[in-house]
Amino acid sequence: MNAQTSSAASSTAGAFLARFEGLREHLPGGRLPWLAKLRAEAAAFFAAAGLPNRRIEAWRYTDLAPIAQAGFSEALTLAAEAPALPPMRAPYRAVFVDGRFAENLSVMPEAYPCGSLAAGLDGTESRLGALAEDLPLVALNTMLFEDGLLLDLPAGAEGGVIEMLSVASHASRPIAFHPRHLIRLGDGASLTLIETSLGPAEATYLHNPVFEIAVGAGATLSHVRIQREGRAGFQLSTVHAAVQAGGTYDNFTLNAGARLVRNEIHASLLGPKAACHMNGAQLAGDGQHADTTTFLDHAAPDCASRQTYKTVLAGKSRGVFQGKILVRQAAQRTDGYQMNQALLLSEEAEIDAKPQLEIYADDVKCSHGATVGALDEAQLFYLRARGIPAEQARAMLVQAFLVEAVEGVTDPIAQAALAEATEGWWEREAA
Amino acid sequence: MLKIEGLTAEIDGKQILKGIDLEVPTGEIHAIMGPNGSGKSTLSYVLSGREGYEITGGSATYNGLDLLAMEPEERAGSGVFLAFQYPVELPGVGNANFLRTAVNAVRKHRGEPEVDAMQFLKLARAKIKALQMSDDMLKRNVNVGFSGGEKKRNEVLQMALLEPTLAILDETDSGLDIDALKIVADGVNAMRGPNFSSLVITHYQRLLDYIVPDRVHVLMGGRIVKSGGPELALELEAEGYAKVAA
Repeated sequence: MNAQTSSAASSTAGAFLARFEGLREHLPGGRLPWLAKLRAEAAAFFAAAGLPNRRIEAWRYTDLAPIAQAGFSEALTLAAEAPALPPMRAPYRAVFVDGRFAENLSVMPEAYPCGSLAAGLDGTESRLGALAEDLPLVALNTMLFEDGLLLDLPAGAEGGVIEMLSVASHASRPIAFHPRHLIRLGDGASLTLIETSLGPAEATYLHNPVFEIAVGAGATLSHVRIQREGRAGFQLSTVHAAVQAGGTYDNFTLNAGARLVRNEIHASLLGPKAACHMNGAQLAGDGQHADTTTFLDHAAPDCASRQTYKTVLAGKSRGVFQGKILVRQAAQRTDGYQMNQALLLSEEAEIDAKPQLEIYADDVKCSHGATVGALDEAQLFYLRARGIPAEQARAMLVQAFLVEAVEGVTDPIAQAALAEATEGWWEREAA
Repeated sequence: MLKIEGLTAEIDGKQILKGIDLEVPTGEIHAIMGPNGSGKSTLSYVLSGREGYEITGGSATYNGLDLLAMEPEERAGSGVFLAFQYPVELPGVGNANFLRTAVNAVRKHRGEPEVDAMQFLKLARAKIKALQMSDDMLKRNVNVGFSGGEKKRNEVLQMALLEPTLAILDETDSGLDIDALKIVADGVNAMRGPNFSSLVITHYQRLLDYIVPDRVHVLMGGRIVKSGGPELALELEAEGYAKVAA
C-alpha cells in the first residue's frame, strides 16, 4: 500500500467520524445514555483503528481504497419513492431501504417480536454489542447504525420462513448505511431467514450490515444470504453467531453482486453438541472483488462444523477465501471440516485462499482442503459433442461446480431465490 | 455420405494422420480396424471437432457440409455423433438434465420443437428399456460411478436419443463383456436403415460379429492401407495386422 491510499483511507475514517459528530444527537436512541456511551466508545475505537488496510493480516487480500475514494455521505432522509421490489417469496418480509426498516413495505409476523431495531432500542442494552467483537467495521456500524431487524423468537417457537430484503435507493450521491440486526432464538426454537440485498446497477453505495445472532440450546437457525448488490456498490458485512448446546447455525451466502464484497462470518460453538454449517458460493465477473472470511470458534466439546465454499471467477476479477478454525482446549472430540475450491474462467482472474487451523485440544478430527482449477476441456468437449453450444456447456459446468456448496440449502423458497441468482450468470458474464 | 480426402492432422507437432481417403455412403456401416497408435482415435476426434488437433491438409465433408469448419455442437446438430472410447464423467450434472439439454440443443439446431420434461422422460424410459438399463441411471450424475459397461450403454442411450445420421463409434467394445457387447450392438443395429451410416472403429474383430459392416478398412501409420468386405476382419484376426497389410 502506498502513502497516498493510506492517507485517503484515514481521511475516509475521518469523514465517517465527522459525520458521527454531526449526527450523534439525531441518531436513533440518542437519548439513551447507554447507547450514547456505546456509540462514543465505538467512535473512539474506530478513530484509533481507522478503516482496515492491507497491512492488517486479516485484510491482506482486500483493499478498501475504492471505498476511501468514493466519499460517502449518510442517508438521512428516506428515498422519496419506494424502490421496485421483487415479489414476496415467503409469508413474511422485512424490507429495509437504505438500511432503514420500511414498515409500509413489510409484512411482519405477529406471533413474536420482530420489527425495527430503531423502534425497539429500549431493552436491547444487554444485547447490542454483546456478541460482536471489536472490529473496525463493527465499530463503524455501532457508531452510525440507524436501524436494523430486531427479532426475538421465544423458546420452542417455530418461526417459519422470514425474508429480509435490503434495497439501496437510487440516490444521486454516494450513500452509506450500516444496519444492525439483532436476532435471538430461544431454546429449541427454529427459523429460516432468507436475506437478499439489491441495489441499482449504477449507484455507488456502501452497505455495512452487522448481525448479532444468538442461537439458544437446541435451536436451529438457517440463515441464507443472497448478495446481489449493484455492480458499483460495496458490501462489507459481519456476522457474529453464538450457538449454545445442541443448537445449529447454518449460514449459506451467495456473493453475486457488488463491485467489492467482504463477507465475514464469526461463529462460536459455546455448548456441547452445537453445530455450524457454513457454505457459500462466490460468482465474480469483470471488475468485481469477492472476499469470504470465516472464523469458527470451537469452544465446547463434541461440536461439529462443516464449511464448503466455491468461488467462480470470470474476466478481471479477484476472489478471496480465508477460513480459520480454532479448537480450544475444552473442545475435545471436535469434528471440523473445511473445503474451498475456485474455478477460474479467465486468465486475468485471481484467487487467494488462506485456510488456517489452530488446535489446542488433543482429541480432534479436523481437516481442510483447497483446489484451484479451470474448466475441464474434456468435459466441455463432451457436452459440445452432444450438440450443446459452448457457452451453455460452460454454464452447465459452472452450475455443476457449485452443487456441493448449494445442496446444503434445503428450504424450497431459498432454493428458488438462489436459482434465480445463479442461473444464467455465466451467459450474462460471457455476453 | 461422409467423404474424407487426403486428410492429414498432427498433435503437438507430431503427424498422426498422413493422408486418409475414405467414403462412407449413406446407409452403410464401415469398420476401421488398426493396431494401437495407428490414428484411429485421432480420426474420430478430428471428425467430431475436438480441440488440440491441427488439420494440416485434406478435407472431410458430410452430406456436402465442410465438417472441419464447423464447431463440435454444429456437427452434432448436423447428425454426427461420436461414441467416446472413454466417456467423460460430469460430477454435479444429472444424467436426465444432460440428456434432455442435449436432445433439445440438437432439436433446436434441426428446427424441431423442444421436448418438455414429461415428454423427455417418456422418450428416455422407452429407450432405456430397450437397452436393458435401469431407470436410476437417469437420476445419477453423468457417468459418475458408472461401470465400464454402464458408461458404454449410456453412450448408446445418448445415440438413441439424439438420432444421429452418422455415428462414429470409437472402440465402443473396449471394456465390455459379451452380454453388454450384444446390447450395445443391438442398439446400433436398431438404428440401421437407409438414412443411417456409421464408422465403427475397433481394435478387435469381435464387435463385428454383432455389427456386421458393409466394408472394412485397415488403418496403419495414419493411412488406410487396405479395404475389403467383412471377411477382411476375420483375416486380420487370424493373420495379424502386419501380415495382412504387407
